[in-house]
Amino acid sequence: MTASRDERRMTNSVCALGIDVGSTTVKMVGVDAEGNLAWHLLEQADPRVEDQVERFLARAPCLSPPLAGGMKGRLFLVATGYGRKLVRPAARQVTEITCHAKGVYRELAAKRGGTLVDIGGQDSKVIGISPKGDVTDFSMNDKCAAGTGRFLENTANRLGVPLDRMGEVALSASHEVSISSTCTVFAESEVISLIAHGVAVEPILRGLHRSLIKRVVAMIRTVGLAPPLMLSGGVAQNQAIPRMLEEETGEKVILPRYPQLMGAYGAALIALEM
Amino acid sequence: MSGRLVYHLNVSVLGRTFLRVQRWQAEQRGASGWKSQHLAPPLKISPRVKELVARHWLEARYANLHRKVAWVTSGAPVELLKALDYCVIYPENHAAICGTARVAVDMASEAENAGYSRDICSYARTDLGAMLSGKTPVGKLPKPDLLLACTNICQTVLFWYRVLARHFNAPLVLIDTPFVYYEKASEHAVEFVKRQLEEAVPVMERTAGRSLDERKLQEVGRLSRMASQLWMEIMQRNHHRPAPITAFDQFTQMAPVVELRGDAATVDLYAAMLKEVDERITRGIGAVKNERKRLLWDNLPIWYRLRYLAEFLGEHGVALVASTYTNAWGELTALIDPERPFESMARTYTYPILNRGTGHKLATMKRMIDEYHLDGAILHSDRSCKPYSIGQIDQRDRLIRDCGVPALLLEADHNDSRCYSEEPVANRLAAFVEMLG
Repeated sequence: MTASRDERRMTNSVCALGIDVGSTTVKMVGVDAEGNLAWHLLEQADPRVEDQVERFLARAPCLSPPLAGGMKGRLFLVATGYGRKLVRPAARQVTEITCHAKGVYRELAAKRGGTLVDIGGQDSKVIGISPKGDVTDFSMNDKCAAGTGRFLENTANRLGVPLDRMGEVALSASHEVSISSTCTVFAESEVISLIAHGVAVEPILRGLHRSLIKRVVAMIRTVGLAPPLMLSGGVAQNQAIPRMLEEETGEKVILPRYPQLMGAYGAALIALEM
Repeated sequence: MSGRLVYHLNVSVLGRTFLRVQRWQAEQRGASGWKSQHLAPPLKISPRVKELVARHWLEARYANLHRKVAWVTSGAPVELLKALDYCVIYPENHAAICGTARVAVDMASEAENAGYSRDICSYARTDLGAMLSGKTPVGKLPKPDLLLACTNICQTVLFWYRVLARHFNAPLVLIDTPFVYYEKASEHAVEFVKRQLEEAVPVMERTAGRSLDERKLQEVGRLSRMASQLWMEIMQRNHHRPAPITAFDQFTQMAPVVELRGDAATVDLYAAMLKEVDERITRGIGAVKNERKRLLWDNLPIWYRLRYLAEFLGEHGVALVASTYTNAWGELTALIDPERPFESMARTYTYPILNRGTGHKLATMKRMIDEYHLDGAILHSDRSCKPYSIGQIDQRDRLIRDCGVPALLLEADHNDSRCYSEEPVANRLAAFVEMLG
């Protein structure tokens, strides 16, 4: 769903950095003095996390004021994501819940709060955000792959559809088949069986998306839906996800400009406040 | 050598002396325990608690030589057995010891290999594994002459104790306590339990080879009540801020009120513990040195990760101040009336929290949040304990909505570490602590 590397610089002035070491990708974001997104870098996750973090830091733009010397000799850098503890130069490690909420609140929900759905490669989360930007409640699906990006990735491989076209193909279906299984491994078996019965790829894909969305909606119900409904994480780039989330909830879904970067962005905003 | 002589040599002479020396050494060393500098040292009385519990298991090891032994469920009317001089064994406590010693999975596997499903309670599997393999961290478990199961904690005990009865060829006394759906148990339900208790006495007497002495029963009831009362007072000292002990401390200090209820030594121990807790309050000592936030714990502890959880929360200035689990062994004190033992036992053993509706547990949690000035709650969704975990999703929502405090559902198992995943737990806890502010 992502290019192997994506780097972009918007302004020259970077005052603080945030890094999100996720299960599928690693993202680093720099913000300017006003907290605007100034630079970012994204790569597929490397199993040698510490080496990758070092590479990221080497590519990071010079901080203004200069990098060294901040926070008792540590960088104005906050780390988040599953690999956050391996980012040793970071001044603080903060969970993705807090960071995603922080980033999305600034981008989309300032002064009104809302409900954020973050669907990542390894887990999915629903986060309630107060009008002040505090996390009020959260729900995580981190035990079963069937509510995560991996669910689609796995079955997309089986159907021979490129990951970045999955949403488009799913939405092109005139009807959908129901995928009864809620387990990624068994869903794959179900898909194989449907293919064997001559069912076309499009309705199967649409059914798979529906299965994922229904799991996410159950989590939204746990936290409670307070509009606006917002979406972040790599899976948000799949156009079928926001569309079907709207269908299931009856609520308009809004996305930040860079859904995948919201964790790292929130981390950078926390670093800026230090 | 006669059995009685072997018992006295091993227990009264050698064993007790050894345990006394061990306790004395621990006292001299000063209380160690937590590795975290953010937590106060454990109570000075901890070595004495350890000695008392160890002595109980030592006596149990040789009990078959000179006494009758009964195995009972944690909510069983133990006073009858105490008054008849049984050595009373709590398999659930034994399983918890296995959990903290991290041998529970090994023993549960023995039961699973014999065909018991992994969906059965991990306490039951641990003990059935111990029964089948003879493995135990307490030396040796004595064979039961009598089994006493009370359904006030769950229905699993029904089947678990039937297996024990068949294996050991021992009589099984079953006390069926009707579920309390509303505020009060009906009078005929209490009468039903009372009759069962009365009918159980001849079976217990026959196995014990002696008659029940009413005065002794009253005395045991009195000691039971005193121990429960003191335990409740110790827990209630946590109304104070900073809390002098945490629920983690309570988890490790609660063994005597469960398995040695009705003994004079238990009353003395808790009286001394209360004194020490009061000293802590006077000196301003908090169990968490920099107490910022105070939480409630619902359900059984995660025995094999107590230290990790205590230290993680402590490092963030979060004190686990109260728990519905430890509270269960104090909240029924008022129902214990030694002067009317059968009626009072019928009531006391009908009203445990697990024999009541989910609404009652919710009300208890709300009251505790209010009384202990708590900032949030952690609800341990315990895979093994269905009666305790059912309703927790709604209870969590109600706590958030009605009490305005955040609440976290933490999925684990009290004894089976294979149902516990550290990374997701750590991530949820860290996010929850950040949310508390």
